[in-house]
Amino acid sequence: MAIDLRMFTPARVSLGRTGHSLPTADLLRFQLDHARARDAVFQELDPAALGLPHILLRSAAGDRMTYICRPDLGRTLSEESRARLQKGSWDAAIVVADGLSAAAVQRHAASLLEQVTPRLREQGWRIAPLTVVLQGRVAIGDEIGAALGAQLVAVLIGERPGLSSPDSLGIYLTWDPHSGRTDAERNCLSNIRAEGITYSAAAERLLVLMREARARKLTGVGLKEDVPLLNSS
Amino acid sequence: MNLRELLAKASPARSGDELAGLAAGSAEERVRAQMRLADRPLSVFLREPIIPYEADEVTRLICDSHDAEAFAPVAHLTVGEFRDWLLSEQATAQRLQSLAPGLIPEMAAAVSKIMRLQDLVSVAAKCRVVTRFRSTIGLPGRLSTRLQPNHPTDDLQGIAASIFDGLCYGNGDAVIGVNPVADSPARVESLLRMLDRIREHHQIPTQICVLAHVTTQMKALARGAPLDLVFQSVAGTEAANASFGVNLSVLDEAWQAARELHGGANVMYFETGQGSALSANAHHGVDQLTCEARAYGVARRYQPLLVNTVVGFIGPEYLYNGKQILRAGLEDHFCGKLLGLPMGCDICYTNHAEADQDDMDALLTMLGVAGCNYIMGVPGADDVMLHYQSTSFHDALYLRSVLGLRPAPEFEAWLERHPSLVPESWLLT
Repeated sequence: MAIDLRMFTPARVSLGRTGHSLPTADLLRFQLDHARARDAVFQELDPAALGLPHILLRSAAGDRMTYICRPDLGRTLSEESRARLQKGSWDAAIVVADGLSAAAVQRHAASLLEQVTPRLREQGWRIAPLTVVLQGRVAIGDEIGAALGAQLVAVLIGERPGLSSPDSLGIYLTWDPHSGRTDAERNCLSNIRAEGITYSAAAERLLVLMREARARKLTGVGLKEDVPLLNSS
Repeated sequence: MNLRELLAKASPARSGDELAGLAAGSAEERVRAQMRLADRPLSVFLREPIIPYEADEVTRLICDSHDAEAFAPVAHLTVGEFRDWLLSEQATAQRLQSLAPGLIPEMAAAVSKIMRLQDLVSVAAKCRVVTRFRSTIGLPGRLSTRLQPNHPTDDLQGIAASIFDGLCYGNGDAVIGVNPVADSPARVESLLRMLDRIREHHQIPTQICVLAHVTTQMKALARGAPLDLVFQSVAGTEAANASFGVNLSVLDEAWQAARELHGGANVMYFETGQGSALSANAHHGVDQLTCEARAYGVARRYQPLLVNTVVGFIGPEYLYNGKQILRAGLEDHFCGKLLGLPMGCDICYTNHAEADQDDMDALLTMLGVAGCNYIMGVPGADDVMLHYQSTSFHDALYLRSVLGLRPAPEFEAWLERHPSLVPESWLLT
C-alpha cells in the first residue's frame, strides 16, 4: 500500500503480520501498553498538585479495590465529606473526580477550567466553590450539586484508561442534580487529552451546552449538541 | 424462596449479582439452588412473571408475544429435563428454530445456569439464525465481522484509514459501524455520508451504521442522511431502557421508519450486556443474566440484522475477571441464539478488569466453535475512542483460519473481485 494509514489515525492500523498473527514486536508493544493502563488504574490523585483552590471530599469507597467493585459507594459521599458542604444558591457547580484515571485529572483539569470558569463568571454565572472528590464516580456530582444548591453540575472525571490513552478526561453535565438522576439525563464530552479534543474545543462545547441547559432547563437526550465536524475533508 | 430469588441464587458466580446482594451466600447454596431450579417446570415461567406484568412493558411484551403452539413440544419438561433435551439428538437445528418463539427469556436464562461451557457451545452450535441486508449473515461455515473504525475526534480521514485497513484483512461484512464521539444529528449525518460514499464507491456488499442514540439517528434521517441500520442499546427492563432514553414505542417508530426505507428487510442493530439494568438501578431484584436474556426479548420483536452482547465492556463490578467474562459471553450467545436472535459478540474487556488477551483468545475460540454470527474488528484490538480492548482484524483471520470459516458469501465474492484493494486475498481462505 502506497500511503501510510498511520498518518491519519492513532488507531493501531497497518500492523504487521506473521501468518494470521501479530509479529513479536507488535505483540509485546501491546502487552506493554496494557501493563501501563493497568498501572494507571491504581495510581492515586494528588489534590494539592492540581493548583486549584477546592474543598476536598471523599466518596464512601475507602480504597481502590472497594471503588472498583462497589460503584454504589463511589456515587455516595462519605459522612464526613457530606458535612463539609453548605447549601447556597448557585447557577452551576464544578466537581473534579479522579474516576478511573487520576492521571487524566492531574494533567488536564486545571488547564481546562482556566478556559471555562473565568468566561462563565464574565457571563454572569454564579459558580459554587470547586470540589475535588477522591474515589468518585460520575453520579456523585448529583449529591454534591444538590448539597451545594446548584442548578447545574459539571463533573470532570478521569475516564477508563485506554490502551493508548491512560489520561483521558470526560465531562458530564446534569441539570437539577439530585440523587436518582439517570445517564439519559446527562450530556457527556469525552476524550479530552493531548491526542483527543483540545482544551479550547472542549471549553467551547461545554459553554454552549451549559448555556443551552440553562435556557431549556434540562440536560440529557432532550438536549442535542449540534456541532460541526472538526475535520470535514 | 420465590422464582426470582431462586434464579439469582442459581446463577454461576459473578460480581454484579454480589453487588446487587442477590448471589448465593456459599458455593453449596448455589448448587442447591441449581438443583431446585432444575426441578421446576419450564411452564412456571409463564405463570409467574419475575417482574410484574403491570409494572413493566418488557414483561408485557414477553407474555403477550409468547407462542404457545411452538412451546408445546417442551411444555411438559422441567428446566433440568429441558437441558437434557437440548443436548440430545432430538434437538435438531430445525426443531430448535421452530421452538424459539415458544421460549421466553427467563427459560433460556434458567437452563443456561445449569449448563457447563461446553453445553452452551454444543447447543448454540446447533442453532442457526440467518439474516440479510446487502450481505447474508449467520450461514453455516461463515464468520462475519463488524468493522469498528472509531476515532477519538470522529475525524473522517482517520475513520476511513481504519476502514481500509480492516477491509484489507477481510473485515466488515456484518456492518461498518462507527461509535461517534458526539451524539448530534449533524455529526451522525456527516459520518453516514462518508461511510455511504466509501461503500458506494467500492460497491461493498455490507451495511453502514453510526451508533448514536436512536432519536439522533432519526433526526439525521430526517435531514436526508443515508441510513442503513438503526442502532440502539437495549436492556431487559422498562426502567433500564428508560435510563437509555428509549422505550418500546420509540423503538417501534424507528423500526417503522427504517422498514419504510429498506422494504421490510432486517434493519435493526442492537447491543446489550449483562449488568446494564443493575447499573441503572433498574433490575427489580432480578439477576443480571436473566435481565440480559430479557433484553433479547426486546430485541426479538424487531427482527434485527445484528445483535451483540458487549460482554466485558461494563467493567469488573459486574464481571470481575476473565473467567466471569468468558462464561457470560457464552451464556449471552447461547440465550440469544436459543431465542432466535442473530447473535454476535463484542469479545472485550476494560483495563480495570482482571482480564487480558489470553482470556479474550479463549472466549474468541469458544464462540467460533459455538457458531457465533459475528465478532468485532478493531485495529489492533485497541478502541482508541471507547477505551477498551475488543477483537482485532487479525483475530478474525485467526478464527477463520483455524476453524475453516469464511466471510459472508456476497462479501467473499466482492473480495475476490477486488484484488487491488485486498492484495492479500489468501488471508481470507
